[in-house]
Amino acid sequence: MAIGLHDSSFKNPVVRWVDQRLPVFTMIQKEYGTFPTPRNFNYFWNFGALAMINLMIMIATGVFLAMHYTAHVDHAFESVERIMRDVHFGWLIRYAHMNGAHLFFAVVFIHIWRGMYYGSYKAPRELLWILGVIIFLLMMATAFMGYVLPWGQMSFWGATVITNLFSAIPLIGPEIVTYLWGGFSVDNPTLNRFFSLHFLLPFVITGVVFLHVAALHITGSNNPLGIEPKGPQDTLPFHPYYTAKDSVGIVVYLAVFAFLIFFMPNYLGHADNYIPANPLVTPAHIVPEWYFLPFYAILRAVPDKLGGVILMFGAIAVLFVLPWLDTSKVRSMRFRPIARIAFLLWTVNFMVLTWVGAKPAEGHYVLIAQIGTMIYFAYFLVVLPALGRLERPLPLPESIARAVLGPKAQLGGGPVPGAATAQPMEKA
Amino acid sequence: MAQTSAPSGATTHSPAGAPAEAVTKRDFLKLTTTAFAVVGVGALAWPFISSLAPGGDVLALASTDVDLAPIAEGSAVTVMWRGKPVFVRHRTAAEIEAARAEPLSGLKDPAADDSRVQQAPWLVVVGICTHLGCVPLGQRPTDARGDFGGWFCPCHGSHYDTSGRIRRGPAPTNLEVPSYTFTSDTAIRIG
Ligand code: HEM
Ligand code: FES
Repeated sequence: MAIGLHDSSFKNPVVRWVDQRLPVFTMIQKEYGTFPTPRNFNYFWNFGALAMINLMIMIATGVFLAMHYTAHVDHAFESVERIMRDVHFGWLIRYAHMNGAHLFFAVVFIHIWRGMYYGSYKAPRELLWILGVIIFLLMMATAFMGYVLPWGQMSFWGATVITNLFSAIPLIGPEIVTYLWGGFSVDNPTLNRFFSLHFLLPFVITGVVFLHVAALHITGSNNPLGIEPKGPQDTLPFHPYYTAKDSVGIVVYLAVFAFLIFFMPNYLGHADNYIPANPLVTPAHIVPEWYFLPFYAILRAVPDKLGGVILMFGAIAVLFVLPWLDTSKVRSMRFRPIARIAFLLWTVNFMVLTWVGAKPAEGHYVLIAQIGTMIYFAYFLVVLPALGRLERPLPLPESIARAVLGPKAQLGGGPVPGAATAQPMEKA
Repeated sequence: MAQTSAPSGATTHSPAGAPAEAVTKRDFLKLTTTAFAVVGVGALAWPFISSLAPGGDVLALASTDVDLAPIAEGSAVTVMWRGKPVFVRHRTAAEIEAARAEPLSGLKDPAADDSRVQQAPWLVVVGICTHLGCVPLGQRPTDARGDFGGWFCPCHGSHYDTSGRIRRGPAPTNLEVPSYTFTSDTAIRIG
């Protein structure tokens, strides 16, 4: 092998020629072919792949929408209507983008929930988790700005309310808001910069996703038992085992996606956004998209402008320090009888917050939102730190293979994590 | 068992004629999966590519009405049709005569003048040079009209005659005649 060339194991001369100079094929083979993956994944482990597919769908549909969309207050609404009526398959591309955003959040919520239930955020995967929270924040910013683009009533008033959150910042708040708007209200300059950023951020997300996956491939995946693979008997090569399992999930996901697009494309949206923006009239009931509702409920639970904003951002910020708030060494909730119940209650509470976020902020709804906010934070700030010390976890299985296969555990198996890449033929 | 359903091309035969590698069920599955994937990708790509074509609103704007009454003999107007200039010229008797006198054999893209007009005085052509798309000069009385009295494209020097036919220069074909109809004696609809 010549000095300076990568030692490629590929036989096809063209593939080999490229691989020696730029070992992308070796990399794909290592990271998605032989990559040693715990043998006991359940379907919750599909959601990372689904999120990836979803991101690609958003970018593909978005780029095509952007070819027909006009970012100007006088034309934006009409250009979206033109997409719906005149552009061939424009309705399909737009509905795919719109419902894709809803599904993206659903997928990512489940993905995050999975991480919380199985303790995937714990050492050594803290940075992997933090990168995930960054992706989530970027997604929220992207979706918010995307929602402004069609320039309907909800676009306009959503933009007004959310940008005004920043006016709660003491002293410089109002200045900041003026800079966000590029004027003295949400107007054409705001729409233009939101379009620019809405176009840009998904590519930033793609970059962070890349880091997220790179970090994953250093530590390896967690699994439903939350114990590390100890040898080849605990793992399987990613391909064909998990490519196949992910494909099953993708088919189900696409079926749900198709159902939404073709049978209820506007179900998850607000009818008011088909009314052109009118800066003089606020809709009677303004509600954000469902995926923002839990955080919106927290915002409204606090009878103080600055306090509400702080708690709302705090609800996400707390996720960054979750790896250190949870003091238990045991990852999977399967072996944490008390924490498991606490987390399931937290999950129900999250749904309650979603529900109450869509209700008017008055009467007993406010009280429910306040209790929900307290439960939300108590789990992170009180329950998890305390349970790490107080709770007695169940005994952990000796190995993944033992737990999955029982006494037959010595038979078969896949590659050892961290070992040098095995020859692909060994696993075929 | 899957051997029967797999295309025979998938079998590799040794020189002796005996199958070197039997067609396996896996080969069949791979082929059908690949075929489905190809069809699926095609079906996915279809709406995206289709969205690039002119939309309904663009097609709806695809005809233009022109009132001929104000166009004096010897002069011309330029109208927009599908985003392109269309030249409508009210030809003089001398110009018609010049166009009709020319033998077809002397033309680069032979076409008789009467095949290019519906009524002799009215020449209607798309005002886009068939070379590389510039708009030729010759609509205004002060414009250069080239050596044949029609139009002259300044970009690379194409000369068109009073029938809009290419006579000299790099353009390969005559100026295109759009489809149009006379909606009355003094009005046409292009498109
Ligand atoms: C992370 C990925 C993305 C998310 C979560 C997202 C989200 C959204 C949302 C919620 C809307 C409003 C839909 C509606 O009510 O009509 C929207 C609209 C839009 N997005 Fe995106 N988007 C993403 C990526 C992109 C990309 C990459 C582009 C362009 C390259 C793009 C271009 C557009 C355009 C032009 C609109 C306005 C047309 C419309 O309203 O349908 N998006 N986006
Ligand atoms: S474009 Fe008219 S001569 Fe080249």
